[in-house]
Amino acid sequence: MQQYETVIILTPLLSEEAAKEVLTKFSKLMTDNGAEIIDEDNWGLKKLAYPIEKKTTGFYHLTTFKAPGEFINKLEVEYRRDERVMRFLTISLDKHAMAYSEKKRSGAFNKKKETKTEGVAK
Amino acid sequence: MAKDQIQYVTAPKVDDSRKKYCRFKKNGIKFIDYKDASFLLKFVNDQGKVLPRRLTGTSLKFQRKVAQAIKRSRHIGLMPYVTDSLK
Repeated sequence: MQQYETVIILTPLLSEEAAKEVLTKFSKLMTDNGAEIIDEDNWGLKKLAYPIEKKTTGFYHLTTFKAPGEFINKLEVEYRRDERVMRFLTISLDKHAMAYSEKKRSGAFNKKKETKTEGVAK
Repeated sequence: MAKDQIQYVTAPKVDDSRKKYCRFKKNGIKFIDYKDASFLLKFVNDQGKVLPRRLTGTSLKFQRKVAQAIKRSRHIGLMPYVTDSLK
């Protein structure tokens, strides 16, 4: 079971609970298909660097999960079908990426890269 | 420095005095996070374009990882594709 990480951006027109409802819908879809969710991280409303679908902000959500390979296609079809999801990006994590996300989850303050520049907590 | 006052016929190579190094190898960074836009801004010029290796001094292996991370963060809207005054 490979480990994956997916970022989705929801349209800002959604109300708070509608956004939550979309997220629960996808996490339920994941658990139904034998995927095991490791971590969910909601960044909330963020400004986009360029307008996507004529909107300048979006709800960001990051999910890290373990899943069988063929499930990813199904997941992405669902993302494309749901028009509330403006954009999504799913990547598979190699060992360095897994170590990094593990470290970030456990100690957000001691990110390796940050020590050289500035040790500010995220 | 005295060197600057001398007028060269051909342009002198700029700031070749300090030795460039790959910051990823030096600090042992193994993974470049595409979600960390503030860090990736260091590898992008003020128009949002990826800086070449000869300016940043990163090794080929990590330059590819940086370029891929920047393209991913552009895709999810954390970094602009093109802009006029980024920094």
